[in-house]
Amino acid sequence: MQQVFSIPKSMKKDFRYTFCPGCDHGVAIRLVAELLDEMNLREKTICSTSIGCSVFLYDFLDVDCVEAPHGRACASATGVKRATPDKFVFTYQGDGDFASIGLAESMHTALRGECVSAICINNTTYGMTGGQLGPTTVMGQITTTSPYGRNREYYGYPIRVAEQIALCDGTAYSARVALDTIPHINQAKQALKKAFEVQLQGLGFGFVEILSSCPTNWHMSPQEAHIRVKEEMMPVFPLGVYKDVTTEKGE
Amino acid sequence: MGKIVIDANRCKSCYLCVSTCPKGLIKKSDKTNRLGDYLVEFDDKNNECIGCAMCAKRCPDMAITAVYK
Repeated sequence: MQQVFSIPKSMKKDFRYTFCPGCDHGVAIRLVAELLDEMNLREKTICSTSIGCSVFLYDFLDVDCVEAPHGRACASATGVKRATPDKFVFTYQGDGDFASIGLAESMHTALRGECVSAICINNTTYGMTGGQLGPTTVMGQITTTSPYGRNREYYGYPIRVAEQIALCDGTAYSARVALDTIPHINQAKQALKKAFEVQLQGLGFGFVEILSSCPTNWHMSPQEAHIRVKEEMMPVFPLGVYKDVTTEKGE
Repeated sequence: MGKIVIDANRCKSCYLCVSTCPKGLIKKSDKTNRLGDYLVEFDDKNNECIGCAMCAKRCPDMAITAVYK
């Protein structure tokens, strides 16, 4: 019999995810690990991690990591890349980290056109701290700090990160993908591969926003959470490639 | 004819694999692991598994550690 699936070699030995049941972080980390294996990058990778649930990446992925302060993963990744240009540098952040606390650092890294790759997991809430309103919380969503739902008067509008990053001149690739179905997981892997390739080719900033679920803080089952990703998040955050300098799309 | 290997200690009972398997071969089980999570079991009496690995790609905890085709 032929083995068609195995645990990626870039995962640590005997790891066990500490995420909540049904959390899509596990799938995103597996896609990263598979790409590091396929592109033979593990030995030259330095990862810059964030604050939030995404911080656990370095417990599971067998690569060198720098722990950045709140939201500053892109800034520390810039330093790592400039000091060691031959290394492969990527950041793995949540939406609160990338688009709220560290929006200035993230945006300016894209504007400078740093050759790093950034991954932003968008689950429309602050997962680790108990489900508060985040920068990507959709209109009407009930969180612990918006008990009557997000409204324009009090909270304003959510940020569409992939579109904003695509507007920056230094960005080489910006896309939004989801992890709710198997075809979308396969598309997410292709998008991550592209974001890694533009860094290796020295074209600029590679960015992928991944729509993910947070069953615990949405108070849903994992199956219902994936339906919510499709029905409530995708109309606000449409999937697609917003900039790709290799095909001149979005220029 | 395919086969999957389930690591009981990684499973957290989210049952996403149950709803993903196109042949419906993964079922909820009465057994629990050491954390008390009700596990899933692979029930393929008629050799229907096609080895598509969709369950393994879906599993958020990589509890399906190997798929054979």
